[in-house]
Amino acid sequence: MISVTEYKPQEEVLEFLEKCQSVYIIGCGSCTTITHTGGKAEVLKMKESLAETGKEITGWMVIPTACDELAKDALKEAGDEIQSADCLLIMTCAFGVQNIAMFTGKPVFPALNTIFIGKEQTTPGLFSEVCRQCGDCVLAWTGGICPVVSCSKGLLNGPCGGTDEGKCEVDSDKDCAWTMIYNRLKDQGRLDLFDKEQPPKHYQSGTRPGKITIQ
Amino acid sequence: MVIPFKEILNSGKFIVTSEIAPPKGTNLDNTIHHIDLLKDKVDALNATDNQSSVMRYPSLGLCLLIKEHGGEPILQMTCRDRNRMALESDLLFAYSRGIENVLCLTGDSMVVGDHKGAKQVFDLESVQLLRAIRLMESGEDLGGNELDGVVEFCAGAIVTPEAHPVEPQLLKFKKKVAAGAEFFQTQAVYDLDNFRKFMEYAIPLNTKVLAGIVLLTSARMARFMTANLPGIFVPDNLIDEIAGAEKGMALQTGIEIAGRMIKTIQEESICDGVHIMAIGREDRVPDILAAAGL
Repeated sequence: MISVTEYKPQEEVLEFLEKCQSVYIIGCGSCTTITHTGGKAEVLKMKESLAETGKEITGWMVIPTACDELAKDALKEAGDEIQSADCLLIMTCAFGVQNIAMFTGKPVFPALNTIFIGKEQTTPGLFSEVCRQCGDCVLAWTGGICPVVSCSKGLLNGPCGGTDEGKCEVDSDKDCAWTMIYNRLKDQGRLDLFDKEQPPKHYQSGTRPGKITIQ
Repeated sequence: MVIPFKEILNSGKFIVTSEIAPPKGTNLDNTIHHIDLLKDKVDALNATDNQSSVMRYPSLGLCLLIKEHGGEPILQMTCRDRNRMALESDLLFAYSRGIENVLCLTGDSMVVGDHKGAKQVFDLESVQLLRAIRLMESGEDLGGNELDGVVEFCAGAIVTPEAHPVEPQLLKFKKKVAAGAEFFQTQAVYDLDNFRKFMEYAIPLNTKVLAGIVLLTSARMARFMTANLPGIFVPDNLIDEIAGAEKGMALQTGIEIAGRMIKTIQEESICDGVHIMAIGREDRVPDILAAAGL
């Protein structure tokens, strides 16, 4: 699993940084390195482009894994360069941004949007969203394909009328989840599961935000 | 005197419904004109609900307007814009104001419309909305709470007979019947041979089916729908017929095609009736009915 990110528009980033003369840039050696949105090469490119707009770059680093506890030690090592900056521009996913904000106490600005938690598929480089942590798993009834996340409407009782030739109406590059579910259940001789009427989901509003202490 | 749609459904007569799109704004003049034009010519009028995910005057408001003007409304309700609480509370309001027919739809995706950044809801979908109505009729809401005064609706749904592949759609169709749908208005049908095959599946389910008739206004429109709209296929012979019409006569040819299809459906008793969608040309629905001999 990786946290999939994409660049925010440069104008938006420059708007964040409007009141900051000096900036420290932080990337991540894990997910954003894989997605080429916050690895060393991208951090250096960002450094260059911000310098061109007249910003002073006090330093940069690529934390091995920005979302874990060890990030704190990495940030401590760069203490002076970080402390002397007006703000930090973060090229990690939103997990890392929040971690760095907590550990440094400095103003942090994300350079990226975090768009989904992706599972690597059999095609190299292809990542898909397969679970949205809804807390009310339906995979038992759907042949192990999640309609909550794989159907663009999250439908539980079959396809909408917008599907065509097994593709989704919102994006013809995406498969219709319910056509896939139908095909898999049919192959397994379990189409009776399709007939089962699924009640409205329990959206677990009471458990959000999620928090758990594991003993 | 308006005859309740439920009574019409069970009367054995050939049923004709049509639909009216609410305005994008508060100017109701054209909408009222269409209601007055159609209310006595069809058995019921659907009030569309932010159709194609385009924000408009609400379907509930249009249903009240149809009633005020002496028509029989069918309230279209999609699950895109409201969660279960909002849908249930709108159903209470609708029933209290004498709106007795509901068409339960999942709704188009937000991204096909004019509010692409809006959050789409889909807390329920069509099958679950049908079930919610039946639950509320028994005196309970979806939270398991007792209602002080219940609802009673004639509830319907939609089906796409020409979807590819059609099998998953047929299973969902069956689920909608099981969840309480009393009638179906279909997506546009043009190929009556295909539609007859669909009806072989539908007849044993013992529900009422109104074939969707979408007015073709030009060959270009017919080609566009076939290329871009899921589940709509206009056969080449119909496209050729419109394309071959004399200059300025394309719309008239479309009206004749619609009338001819309705006539065939009625004469051969292929299904229980038709639902006419004259998207943007509601003023021509009476001409379609005349062409059908109705």
